[in-house]
Amino acid sequence: MKPPTETDILPDPAETAVMDNPAVGIDQSAGNFSYNMEYAFDAGTGLSEDTIRYISSVKKEAPWILEFRLKALKKFFSMPMPTHWATKDLKNIDFQKIRYYLSQGQKPKRTWDEVPDDIKKTFERLGIPEQERKFLAGVEAQFDSEAAYSNIKEIVSKQGVIFVNSTEGLREHPELFKKFFGKVIPTGDNKFSALNSAVFSGGSFIYVPPGVKVAQPLQAYFRINAENFGQFERTLIIADEGSEVVYMEGCTAPKFSTSTLHSAVVELVALKGAKIQYITVQNWANNVFNLVTKRGIAHEDAEIKWIDCNIGSRLTMKYPGVVLKGERARGEVISIALANDGQHQDTGAKMVHAANNTTSNIVAKSISVGQGRSTYRGVVHIPKHLKGCKNNTECDALLINTNSRTDTYPAISVRGDKNSTQHEASVSKVSEDMIFYMQQRGLTEGQAMSLAVNGFINDLARQFPMEYSVELKRLIDLEMEGSVG
Amino acid sequence: MSQLEIKNLHVSIGDKEIVKGLSLTIKGGEVHAIMGPNGTGKSTLSKAIAGHPDYKITSGEVLLDGVSILEKEADERARAGIFLAFQYPSEIPGVSIANFLRAALQARLADGEEIDASGYYKRLYAKMDLLKIDRKFTSRAVNDGFSGGEKKRCEILQMAMLEPKVALMDETDSGLDIDALRIVADGVNTMRGPGLGVLLITHYQRLLDYIVPDYVHVMYDGRIVKSGDKTLAHELEAKGYDWIKKELATAQA
Repeated sequence: MKPPTETDILPDPAETAVMDNPAVGIDQSAGNFSYNMEYAFDAGTGLSEDTIRYISSVKKEAPWILEFRLKALKKFFSMPMPTHWATKDLKNIDFQKIRYYLSQGQKPKRTWDEVPDDIKKTFERLGIPEQERKFLAGVEAQFDSEAAYSNIKEIVSKQGVIFVNSTEGLREHPELFKKFFGKVIPTGDNKFSALNSAVFSGGSFIYVPPGVKVAQPLQAYFRINAENFGQFERTLIIADEGSEVVYMEGCTAPKFSTSTLHSAVVELVALKGAKIQYITVQNWANNVFNLVTKRGIAHEDAEIKWIDCNIGSRLTMKYPGVVLKGERARGEVISIALANDGQHQDTGAKMVHAANNTTSNIVAKSISVGQGRSTYRGVVHIPKHLKGCKNNTECDALLINTNSRTDTYPAISVRGDKNSTQHEASVSKVSEDMIFYMQQRGLTEGQAMSLAVNGFINDLARQFPMEYSVELKRLIDLEMEGSVG
Repeated sequence: MSQLEIKNLHVSIGDKEIVKGLSLTIKGGEVHAIMGPNGTGKSTLSKAIAGHPDYKITSGEVLLDGVSILEKEADERARAGIFLAFQYPSEIPGVSIANFLRAALQARLADGEEIDASGYYKRLYAKMDLLKIDRKFTSRAVNDGFSGGEKKRCEILQMAMLEPKVALMDETDSGLDIDALRIVADGVNTMRGPGLGVLLITHYQRLLDYIVPDYVHVMYDGRIVKSGDKTLAHELEAKGYDWIKKELATAQA
């Protein structure tokens, strides 16, 4: 896919000018709509063993899965909220007021014509079928708990690539699934991975056979439609030896007055020499608690790259990680977070070096607007017995207003004398002089802010596939347009 | 023909009055130089006209083609045709000169109108050729890590692309070696013409050897205290500003 050209990252004042963005708003213009659905399957409100049994029975799951879920539920109830290090806002989540499973059925459609009207309209408004035609190898579109649509281009499936949702994956490829499921992120990794393990539904299951290089990206789109709802997708991607795959996910939800919970678990396995690139552009409404665990294992000579872009949500806690298990494995996290009024982006990365000559790179950029708050947390671990390991960490924060806030908590432990690490951090502010300079050239204050922010993340946005970098730029323009008086 | 009229202008920063009743009319095609010692309000004058929020105009009037600009925001003044070449231009990391200029030109179009990309680049390259600027220059981020000379050249390129009615050039010669000064001056000279009025703010006569002004004004303590033609600049060069100060003291005594 061609990299974004310079002209693609230019703000489009005509476009931003017509958008009416509320002061505390995220882009509500595209994602803020919902349909009143009659759900055929509804686990009701609240969380208990019965909820789990209901979910497992409608999915007609094998007994081992139900057992796995029940064990996870116990674990979830036994674990405390991590408020000793994370924000106290987590205490505002009332797990008994959330609906854990809503769907129209468990089998996704293979053509858009078969998808129920309201759901089809939803994804059409979000532009998914169009993108699929244009540049994707396969699409899975999840509506609340289950995928409504899932399809892969014939040319890709003929290569032996499997791209289904997790429900289908468990049913149709149990051997493959079971071998890796829960191995990268154990149930008890954290309270929210335990919750996901108990109630998971949807998400993607991908297997790429040895040597297969999937030319176009596979995409999943996660849409929350219902109020008081929790979405708990579970994604597992296995890239067999020497294979390559790019996976992209987008997420939106309408803005409800009550809070919504999104708590996914994503596990990646890159076997010897394989490459996985996982790209996220999320644009949650600002009532969503987005608490996601993402980790990959990179075997010998394998490469895992997370490109993670967080816009919106009330609270996001997400630290994509790579366990560098085989020699010469490479891990990378490119992270962009934008925190507007009433939002807290608590993001970062984890790199665990577990073999010689492994390298990791973390570049995190955050933007805090108004009273928005961004936090970077990073863990880099290189144990003493290894040699030839390298890490580079850069985290840069941009503050737009004087009441914006940013915190950085890097934890880098490098032992032994045969490894190296570099760490750079910076905090900068968009100065009044810079804005005046741009205004003097004819840009409005909002356009100037937007250009400054786009410039700040430009080097990272260039690494996105073009369609996504255009979308990212548009979202930033909308955010900035609403942030100035 | 355009005209900028400054009438009895008073400008304060905080509580301190810096410009204390300055009047000047710049017509299209004219180059006016304002000279004067440091701290007499030359830069304040240019920033106040451009609309910097820290500079408060307490009384007086600034008219562009007969219309007051003082109620307008800085960006509206810019789009109306006022250009300020900054003494210390800001750096805009990550935003290329090409993208920045394109955004600035796009901002001048009506809603729904889209800049023609190929026409834009054609025009940009033509201006760069005229100003003898390497084409690689436009892919660099605006002023980011630029030398003093590069920053000033970047200002001149922006001026050439935005085609203002009035250019306020604040100490454009500061920090330039003689070669850079010549390039910048050549740029301004090629832009001279009935469509453009220029106010050159400078400390030294040196710049005026390259951009020959039609009028020279001496600013002291917030006012224009003496006006003349280009020979006034030479007189100042020879006698220094003390000569003006003494003259003023005598007149006031």
